[in-house]
Amino acid sequence: MKIAVCIKRVPDSETRVKIAADGKSLDEAGVKFVMNPYDEFAVEEALRRKEKAGSGEVTVICLGPAAAQETIRTALAMGADRGVLLQADKIPADPFEAARLIAAELKGASWDLILFGRMAIDDYNHQVGPLVAELLGMPCVTAISHLDIEGGTGVAEREIEGGIEVVEFPLPAVLTADKGLNEPRYPALKGIMAAKKKPLEVKPVQPGAGVLEVVALMPPPERKEGKIVGEGAGAVRELVRLLREEAKVL
Amino acid sequence: MTRVLAVLEQRDGKLRKVSFEVVTAARRLTDAVDAIVSDTSDREGCATAIAERAKAGGYRAVVFAATATGKDLAPRVAAKLGVGVAADLTDVAADSSGFLVTRPVYAGKALLKVKVTSQPAVLSLRPNVFTPDERAASVTPETLPVTSSGRVRVREIKAAPAGTLDVAEAQVIISGGRGLKEPANFKVLEELAHAFGGQAAVGASRAVVDAGWRAHADQVGQTGKTVSPSLYIAVGISGAIQHLAGMRTAKVIVAINKDKDAPIFKVADYGVVGDLFEIVPRLTEEIRKLHG
Repeated sequence: MKIAVCIKRVPDSETRVKIAADGKSLDEAGVKFVMNPYDEFAVEEALRRKEKAGSGEVTVICLGPAAAQETIRTALAMGADRGVLLQADKIPADPFEAARLIAAELKGASWDLILFGRMAIDDYNHQVGPLVAELLGMPCVTAISHLDIEGGTGVAEREIEGGIEVVEFPLPAVLTADKGLNEPRYPALKGIMAAKKKPLEVKPVQPGAGVLEVVALMPPPERKEGKIVGEGAGAVRELVRLLREEAKVL
Repeated sequence: MTRVLAVLEQRDGKLRKVSFEVVTAARRLTDAVDAIVSDTSDREGCATAIAERAKAGGYRAVVFAATATGKDLAPRVAAKLGVGVAADLTDVAADSSGFLVTRPVYAGKALLKVKVTSQPAVLSLRPNVFTPDERAASVTPETLPVTSSGRVRVREIKAAPAGTLDVAEAQVIISGGRGLKEPANFKVLEELAHAFGGQAAVGASRAVVDAGWRAHADQVGQTGKTVSPSLYIAVGISGAIQHLAGMRTAKVIVAINKDKDAPIFKVADYGVVGDLFEIVPRLTEEIRKLHG
């Protein structure tokens, strides 16, 4: 099994967002960066597929700044075999530009599976995976929470509003991982030591400007100050009155 | 004349509510909106058909709903048109040189204002944000035939048990956290949800989903779903930043928690401090009276 996993370095979900002086980007001072949580499911799935097949190679590809080497090392510590950093200081706002760079790197090799997280928790685009699939002409299933592979055919489950979709597809394919697909492993000390010696290639890339131009990054509207209605079950009647008469939601 | 193609969704032969939202938002961009529906069970064939229609019609924009299906379909269509998707938008406007759109990023901790200059622009709209107007109700979409056959096929849809609503679509969400103490206690929240007569869904914090008490599909927050219901009731949830990010666009937030200093009270419109096992059943009683 020859598997590629495409990962991203993102601010940790506990980050408090501060806008940078340019008014268009995140102030990164003091921000802790981690591997995008959905990408952890993708890395884990790749490792399990390789382990099950008994042989193969898992390559981790990341588009990001020099510091994203650390993110790749995390995936290598989990058990991936080698990493490629497509190094760019800024990731373009247009996901098509990111997809083009990743697709160019993937092109030429023959992959059995290409895995992504279903979305990145910073830009919420949920589309680089399917864009890459289209650029490579490969079948794609997004946001999968269950996967069975039998020979050259895969069956995946993906959550839709009010149900589960069961999707059939041929391999090789591009899949994007949702929570629930598996339980990602923590890198063990042995893995962390081994990761330092695994190959990590750095390739500078030049993202295009794309067709999405950032005008501003703004804080969301503040919620107005709320109030404590009271304590205990005795406050319920007043709560219901406020919801009916003041908030008008009942 | 600026023309816009609106891609609607139907299930069991009926247009979904989000389809009327898409029509309403598309008409903010132009009066010339063509609405289509298509069989989405063959994703690749469907994407090909929509992309060909978009090219042939010379549309300025193709508008999708950012639902599970729309999120899957829009990028496929966009790639065939050689562009990316301006995804999950909460505001759209047309100006002379393109479209000015707003999208929540970092799970709604910030809003990104973006100018889309491509022709066509591919846009997807966050559900539950654009209020459908009356005119949208009379839309009669054209059925777009899927003529080419793709490799990816929806074999089956396993429907959730009757009466369960998806948290992303519910008008009322009652979410529980660690304060519920054990999985079986979610019954008190389910009873409250039931009292709302089919409009409410039960959500969950990351802590209880990670502990295996509730399904991943129910998780609200930055690594779960971002939701915008009319009423969000947080029960026994302290209010971690990643959770607040997922629900702060709710119209009205109620918090029930025994710790009066819990961060959840800072975003709640109304708070009740105390034992949830006393407060929630009383609330269920009161809501039943209203809906009874």
